[in-house]
Amino acid sequence: MLKIENLHVEIDGKKILKGLNLEIEKGKVHAIMGPNGSGKSTLSYVIAGHPNYEVTEGKIWFEGEDITEMDPHERSALGLFLAFQYPVEIPGVNTTNFLKTAINSIRKSKGQDDIEPLEFLKMQKKKMVELGMTAEMLKRGVNVGFSGGEKKRNETFQMSMLEPKMAILDETDSGLDIDALKTVANGVNNLRSDDKAFLVITHYQRLLDYIKPDVVHILADGVIKLTGGAELALELEEKGYADFIKTEAA
Amino acid sequence: MAVTKETKDKIESMQNKYDAGFTTDIETELAPKGLNDDIIKLISSKKNEPEWLLERRLKAFKHWQGMQDPDWSKLQIEPIDYQDLHYYAQPKSMIDKPKSLDEVDPKILETYKKLGIPLREQEMLAGVAVDVVFDSVSVGTTFRANLKEAGVIFCSISEAVQEYPELIKKYLGSVVPMHDNKHACLNAAVFTDGTFVYIPEGVRCPMELSTYFRINEPKTGQFERTLIIAEKNSYVSYLEGCTAPMRDENQLHAAVVELIALDDAEIKYSTVQNWYPGDENGKGGIYNFVTKRGICKGKNSKISWTQVETGSAITWKYPSCILAGDNSIGEFYSVAVTNNYQQADTGTKMIHLGKNTKSKIIAKGISAGKSDSTYRGLVRMAKGADNARNYTQCDSLLIGDQCGAHTVPYIESKNASANIEHEATTSKISEDQMFYAMQRGISEEDAVALIVNGFCREVMQKLPMEFAVEAQALIGISLEGSVG
Repeated sequence: MLKIENLHVEIDGKKILKGLNLEIEKGKVHAIMGPNGSGKSTLSYVIAGHPNYEVTEGKIWFEGEDITEMDPHERSALGLFLAFQYPVEIPGVNTTNFLKTAINSIRKSKGQDDIEPLEFLKMQKKKMVELGMTAEMLKRGVNVGFSGGEKKRNETFQMSMLEPKMAILDETDSGLDIDALKTVANGVNNLRSDDKAFLVITHYQRLLDYIKPDVVHILADGVIKLTGGAELALELEEKGYADFIKTEAA
Repeated sequence: MAVTKETKDKIESMQNKYDAGFTTDIETELAPKGLNDDIIKLISSKKNEPEWLLERRLKAFKHWQGMQDPDWSKLQIEPIDYQDLHYYAQPKSMIDKPKSLDEVDPKILETYKKLGIPLREQEMLAGVAVDVVFDSVSVGTTFRANLKEAGVIFCSISEAVQEYPELIKKYLGSVVPMHDNKHACLNAAVFTDGTFVYIPEGVRCPMELSTYFRINEPKTGQFERTLIIAEKNSYVSYLEGCTAPMRDENQLHAAVVELIALDDAEIKYSTVQNWYPGDENGKGGIYNFVTKRGICKGKNSKISWTQVETGSAITWKYPSCILAGDNSIGEFYSVAVTNNYQQADTGTKMIHLGKNTKSKIIAKGISAGKSDSTYRGLVRMAKGADNARNYTQCDSLLIGDQCGAHTVPYIESKNASANIEHEATTSKISEDQMFYAMQRGISEEDAVALIVNGFCREVMQKLPMEFAVEAQALIGISLEGSVG
């Protein structure tokens, strides 16, 4: 579903990713762990197409298409979703209208008609309850006046409304209390299916107790240093990054 | 209010950016170019005006010749050659005044249809009556009969001069005196057509009233005059729209609007201004010099101005309220969008004279390209304005790094019990907001429109529903190509 080959990325002339390779198949959940500054967030931004990150070498394929040069909204239309580490506020645009505009934009790019308003509202109500959002939150400007936890819920809520083929969760667990973490993890788990994939970026093993990964990668110094199963995350939690990065290098 | 489907469809259907830029090919009777006593006499005779009105025009012209252009704004204006303009342009088919819209030249009707304003009553939006002014003349007014039943007078100002001379004599120039400023004085001398509205005591006008102004002829100025009188305990909502063809020259539009609200009356006046803004190099476009002022003459009266200004090369406009009646309320809600080389210097004046008067100013400026936008507003609390209150909020949004936004508030208070609050912010559409919206599947242009419409939401909500959609679309179009 997602294939990254020899990816080199710079921002403001600074090299962040240095030849990263990654392949994620349908139905799988991959986790990427790594120390601060290893390039985890850069990777999520680059996959989503943030214009400030320059790909100097390498390619990104999604669903068989080369998306390396695509605009963010085109990638989104192909079914790619990024849950932001720091969700952005858009004053005056409420979440309901924002989402309806997003859904209809994506539908339009597929040549579909706008969603029936009633169908939209029904779906929204259902998912709102599932993810612990309130009607009042949906009426406010996108993320305006939301607490850190509410913002993350809103990201998961939007993901669940947009039903992407692949979602990247960029440190969705940071700033969440345990209840919110469970709700968010439930939201992800409810979406898991044979034809969807997830890339979960996290610092800590904690989130992976609730979202069980199939594959765990360790990212350091701009490349994947080590790949393993779910047990790798547990080991990492025990021993710390330094040990692993060294081991691999040795 | 977010971008609706209609808005987006409209934006997409308007790929040419300025959709109203076509010309209508009809025969026009033009007054010779230039401005002098004879031209003014010609205009007056065309309209078969009473002697007192002609005298008033000539007096204004005499005064005007000694006046200087207002120079306190931030606008850079090329000198205007007033002798190189036509001051009267009438479609030939309008010379023998058509008795009904059925007799109006189909080309003119077609023009309005193309602009999205069908004039046949059965095709119109229910609940909106329209007066349409084409160059110097009113083409027709819809739903007049229905309105008359309610006692409401809704007609062109030329007709009102003939049919309701006492009202015109009493109120014309009573809020904006001819000496007020050079542009208003010019209008007093050469005004051609515009709308007259009279709401009798105790009547709530049963429909929205609107006027649609169109400049068609080249080298022609439009000088409209509008007068709205709301008697005691009455209510009216009025709105105006304006467009012009794309031309290389700068065309002059100098209008005067006067509103009078008596005891317990309310006037809501909305504008969607979409005059041709000039091309992306700043060539052409309308000079929009407008004096709009309302007086809350009676106690507990209210005047509310809402404007969405997307067009014109230059906008010089300060819709104002004189709050004379005790407990009267003045409001000003404004969105001014400038792109490319457009310049806008716009705002309001709230003159508090009566006790317990209140005013509220919400001004949103959006600048893109190399444009420049200034909010200029005066809040004056007179000696007798006990416990008067004003709240002002000015927000500027910048798109790109070559445009300018300025806020110039003037505050004068002669009454210690008056309360004045002013808040101002300047922000930019951030890359992060754009990326966030685009990550959710929204295209770049739609994301700009969405964020900008969010920014102006407070003002857009004040527009009547039918026009909010149009106004949202316009803002999107005005900013096309401003990002990236």
